[in-house]
Amino acid sequence: MLAYIVRRLWQIVPTLLGVVLLVFLLFNWVGGDPAYLLAGKISNPEQIENIRRQLGVDQPMYVQLWIFIKQIATGDFGVSWATNEKVSEIFATRLGPSLTVLLPLLVIDTLLAIAAAMLVAYVRGSLTDRLVMIGCTVGQSISILVYIIVFQYVLAYQLGWFPVQGWGNNLAENLFKFSLLPIIVGVIVSLAPDTRLYRSFFLDEINQDYVRTARAKGMSETRVMWVHVLRNASIPIITNVMIQLPGLLAGAFLIERFFSIPGVGREVILAVERSDFPVIKAVTIYVAIATLLINLLADLLYKAVDPRVQLK
Amino acid sequence: MMEAVLGSTAIARAESPGLWVLAWRRFCRDRLGLVAFVVVVFFFGLMVASGLGLIAADWSKEVGVSDAPPAFIGPQTPPARPAAAPAAAADSSREGKSEPAVIDPLANELSDIRHQKGAGATDTAIVDPLADVLAEIRRESGAASAAETRAPTLVFGGDKWGRDVLKKAIKGTETSMFVGLAAATLAAFIGTVFGALAGYYGRWIDDFFNWFYSIFTSIPYLLLILAIAGVLNQKGTTTVILILGLTGWTGIFRLVRAEYLKHKVREYIQAADAIGASHMRRMFVHILPNVSHVVLVQLSLHVVLFIKSEVVLSFLGFGVGVDTVSWGSMLNEAQNELILGKWWQLAAATIAMATLVTAFSLFTDALRDALDPRLK
Repeated sequence: MLAYIVRRLWQIVPTLLGVVLLVFLLFNWVGGDPAYLLAGKISNPEQIENIRRQLGVDQPMYVQLWIFIKQIATGDFGVSWATNEKVSEIFATRLGPSLTVLLPLLVIDTLLAIAAAMLVAYVRGSLTDRLVMIGCTVGQSISILVYIIVFQYVLAYQLGWFPVQGWGNNLAENLFKFSLLPIIVGVIVSLAPDTRLYRSFFLDEINQDYVRTARAKGMSETRVMWVHVLRNASIPIITNVMIQLPGLLAGAFLIERFFSIPGVGREVILAVERSDFPVIKAVTIYVAIATLLINLLADLLYKAVDPRVQLK
Repeated sequence: MMEAVLGSTAIARAESPGLWVLAWRRFCRDRLGLVAFVVVVFFFGLMVASGLGLIAADWSKEVGVSDAPPAFIGPQTPPARPAAAPAAAADSSREGKSEPAVIDPLANELSDIRHQKGAGATDTAIVDPLADVLAEIRRESGAASAAETRAPTLVFGGDKWGRDVLKKAIKGTETSMFVGLAAATLAAFIGTVFGALAGYYGRWIDDFFNWFYSIFTSIPYLLLILAIAGVLNQKGTTTVILILGLTGWTGIFRLVRAEYLKHKVREYIQAADAIGASHMRRMFVHILPNVSHVVLVQLSLHVVLFIKSEVVLSFLGFGVGVDTVSWGSMLNEAQNELILGKWWQLAAATIAMATLVTAFSLFTDALRDALDPRLK
């Protein structure tokens, strides 16, 4: 087990180097000299010169790459070009609001999708099943933007059930006042694709021989569905949930932007609007590292859930 | 006698239907899929016609009054306009009806100067430098306001500047669908070539492409797109196509690679090797047709994905340019209009997009069922 973890961690290294190289080429080579970008944004030429020196723009590429790697290792990406806030500070303060919205969203969405998927998979081929599936297809084809705009307008602006946007200072207020509508919108948007996906997982299991055997032994339908089918279907479901975990760190871009939630996603959009490279670079690299580690964690969790899985 | 023999060989040689013919027959049996296919073809026709300038070429013409409501609601009564709306107020000067007189900014000063100089001063001494230009502007604006009396209602309403929302939606269809198709084609091309090379050659080439794949998949999709959009820092249809196509090939790569791994050890490839077919020929002439159904279904899936992504990018202002209309930019305008109660642009963009994406998704499902009957 330990040997496996060490080997997997070792395999992460080349991928991580690749990500660093990709981000480096993107920002230092394609992005070009920051002086051009910042000319209109920062009036003080000394400050621009300072940024150029920090990046080592006038030095060869390998020196610049080394500076970048040192930045990643120490976690010190300097200050934001737009607000002069420390990048590490930005990430630390914006992560909380993102998680406040996204964690409950992921939990609620997963539970509801599993319930809905199990139900329609059980009555597969029936009218209910087909109506739900067509509803999912149509619901999925409406842009997330439309859901946000309409829900914000109707539920918050017209009916006044929720605050239109905003963010408070304590967790309870944020969670039960400001996060409610964002979570509702988020669940509605992700429910349709997840239900469709989980339904296919359940259908794969429902037709297996062991289900027939369980029924033949005289087990109740509840036990067959909840114990036998659910446990086996949960393996791909866990994968799907694990895939979404790194996204939690990147934040919910559109929802955070519309509801003025000071999270990572909104920060990234702002950074892209202002060409604030240090922020985008830092977020991209750290989310990539998190993704690689979570993938490893997912494989270990697999082993725990499904004893048939051999870790090689 | 002879004829009979010939006849029997002719019958024996009657070709059995190929994959595509069989798939087409299966596809025709799927009624929902056929309807979806017809809708997709209709939208495709709209895209081509709009691209050639046959319809909606004059979408940017301001034909109606500002925020003209749809014809089925009837013209808006003046008090219906919320006075508090700053956006609307700021733009009311653009309204066609109250064409403000073109005032010569120098007229007063010039008359003052003329007065001081007295009647003796010749008129030719002080010539109004703007007179000619102004006369031209007056003539043009006069002609324009005479020619276009702005309609109080439009078929599906108008936007802030009085442009026809229906025409904008058609133009938006052209942009969004073109971006989706082009980006999906690019992604499918990259994914197929990489997948073919990795799966066919194996060994270090496979390792290299897998490494490349793992780099792209370890950054969340939307974050990667936004980062690239931030670096490129330029808008435009081509930019959006490149961003989406160059980042979206990973899923196709993985599937095509798996197919190539499966196919390269089959007998027909050994036979191709035996008759001296080159690697390239084996990869793209022998194997590719046998995996093309996978690519086609993926292509179709990615069109939907990329249309959605383009809408989000354009909405955020990182997508198509300001002189192009897309469903995303329409939604962006509609967001502010909705607060003033003008819902028609939102509805037009949403209906157009939802119809196309639903039809395309159903079409993809039908296509998959038709091409791979084992799945059903």
